[in-house]
Amino acid sequence: MMSALIQCEDVWKIYRVGDMEVQALRGLSLTIEQGEFVAIMGSSGSGKSTLMNILGCLDQPTKGRYRLNGIEASNLKPDQLAGIRNQQIGFVFQSFNLIPRTSALENAQLPLFYRGLSLKEQRAQAAAALGRVGLQGREHHYPTQLSGGQQQRVAIARALVTSPSLLLADEPTGNLDTQSSQEIMRILDQLNRDEGITIILVTHEVDIAAYAAREIVIKDGQVLSDRLTKTRPTPSPVGG
Amino acid sequence: MSAFVWLTILTALRILARNRMRAGLTMLGIVIGVAAVIAMVSIGEGAKQAVQAQIATMGTNVIIIFPGVTSASGVRGSQGSAVTLTVSDALDLKKRIPLLSDTGWAKRDVMQIVYGNRNWNGTVNGVSPSYLTIRDWSFTSGDPFTQTDVESAARVALIGQTIVGNLFEPGEEPVGAVIRIKNVPFRVIGVLAPKGQSAQGSDQDDVIFIPFSTAERKVFGTSFIGSVGAMFGSTDQVEDLPMAAEQIREVLRARHRLQAEQEDDFTIRTQVDIGKVQEGTSETLTMMLFAIASVSLLVGGIGIMNILLVSVTERTREIGVRMAVGAKRRHIVMQFLIEAMTLSLVGGVLGIILGVTGAKLTTLIAGWPTIISGNVILLAFFFSLVVGLFFGLYPANKASRLNPIEALRYE
Repeated sequence: MMSALIQCEDVWKIYRVGDMEVQALRGLSLTIEQGEFVAIMGSSGSGKSTLMNILGCLDQPTKGRYRLNGIEASNLKPDQLAGIRNQQIGFVFQSFNLIPRTSALENAQLPLFYRGLSLKEQRAQAAAALGRVGLQGREHHYPTQLSGGQQQRVAIARALVTSPSLLLADEPTGNLDTQSSQEIMRILDQLNRDEGITIILVTHEVDIAAYAAREIVIKDGQVLSDRLTKTRPTPSPVGG
Repeated sequence: MSAFVWLTILTALRILARNRMRAGLTMLGIVIGVAAVIAMVSIGEGAKQAVQAQIATMGTNVIIIFPGVTSASGVRGSQGSAVTLTVSDALDLKKRIPLLSDTGWAKRDVMQIVYGNRNWNGTVNGVSPSYLTIRDWSFTSGDPFTQTDVESAARVALIGQTIVGNLFEPGEEPVGAVIRIKNVPFRVIGVLAPKGQSAQGSDQDDVIFIPFSTAERKVFGTSFIGSVGAMFGSTDQVEDLPMAAEQIREVLRARHRLQAEQEDDFTIRTQVDIGKVQEGTSETLTMMLFAIASVSLLVGGIGIMNILLVSVTERTREIGVRMAVGAKRRHIVMQFLIEAMTLSLVGGVLGIILGVTGAKLTTLIAGWPTIISGNVILLAFFFSLVVGLFFGLYPANKASRLNPIEALRYE
């Protein structure tokens, strides 16, 4: 019996700002199974960004346990976390975060760069990943030569190239127009449905969240609500 | 790993090419430092070799012994003013010191020399025949004088190139001509091959050699018969010079009946001593070059560090992304170190090219001899690498310690 992909148990995150103590997460518990498509919603300051950082192994809980794919990540060293990010997690950011003046192929290659693969293998896998997001023929374009939607697709290719068990998308459509947003969401939906990639999506747009099958609302560092919105995700029109 | 290193070098070169102006200004310190070192070491080496060649014109394994100074009521005369060395000293030294392969002696004065309607004031040397072999004089025409010439105090002369140039028409054959030294007629029997400047800068070719006996009896009018201006000895091996010099000192002190507390009434110089003075000069020069090189490489290194710190700040987001996709600390450190070393190496190579060109131009324009050694180029290359490594460490370390969350959020 496989354990859940993500297990958060009583996770606390406490920052100290001068004399003030800020409790960003307050005993949050959460379980996400392999293959789920989850939308995390919440107002700013709710702690959803902190949760994403912990889920993405960019940060560690002050208290509590976080297990990713059976690995206890709450007490690993920075280089070990870097290794987990490289092996298990793909990131998609709101502002794409492509490396400027570097081709789409090289951007998609980046995670493999730190895996010690041969250059030929890196290129082949990166080209394949770009193909999966419909960017074949654009391998040698620079970010400035691509539209916002295309840039975000390069970012998705970069996230996919390592075949991660978890894809974290932090407001992936926040900087995109309606049409591009739909494109990106369709790609994510397809990856989840056809390839069974677990996707956690942070958004504050209801219609974007509607692509997910489960909706978790965070408030004051705790889970406010957690519900299944549909058994099979179906695309719905975005915007109005 | 090697794919990583190659790609990182490629990335570094691309970043350099993108910011040519900035990279150029950053590298300038290294370029100038390395170029200065190469050019000056090349010129220094050339000068050193020229000096060594000059010292070699003194002869092979030569020891020179000057008489002491006169001292009247504590006032000392100039070097060689005393008449403490004699021909019999020289003969005795050769007999008693087996290390000496030969000894010779000479006495000199500046005198007017006349040929036809021309005249010249040249240095006339009365010398023993052995002097010519000790000092490695060779001839472009004619022959040295013989023992018979010495015994008969023959009026024969050997003349140097400067004398030839001043007394004879171009193309005129001096051998066989009769010149007058202090109104005494001398037949020229040989012309000396040129030696050029001495290590002290005097013209070694402005010289006339006549037999010592002739000089003593017919030209100089010496009151102390047998006294010499200087004595010369030679050894077969250069390593024997210090030992021979010490033995000469002992023999001369005994012959001159000097008490233990008395100073030597003569001075001994070996070719090695003279070489050492020159070496000392070039060592000072080398130290100076080293100081200049250190300062310019230091300044260049600080420039590289500065630009890398700017680069780390500018590329904070990129560093965040790299960390997010799995770059470990060492990957980030390597990336910035490689960028620093690429900068300093490109600067070093440009400096080497500039330095070599500078040295060659110096030879071409000023006519100074220069020697470009592979070692200097290797050293310059190595130093620029080390500078890049050293001054890249701090920015690289700083980049690798960024918090990925903050780096990703950086605007």
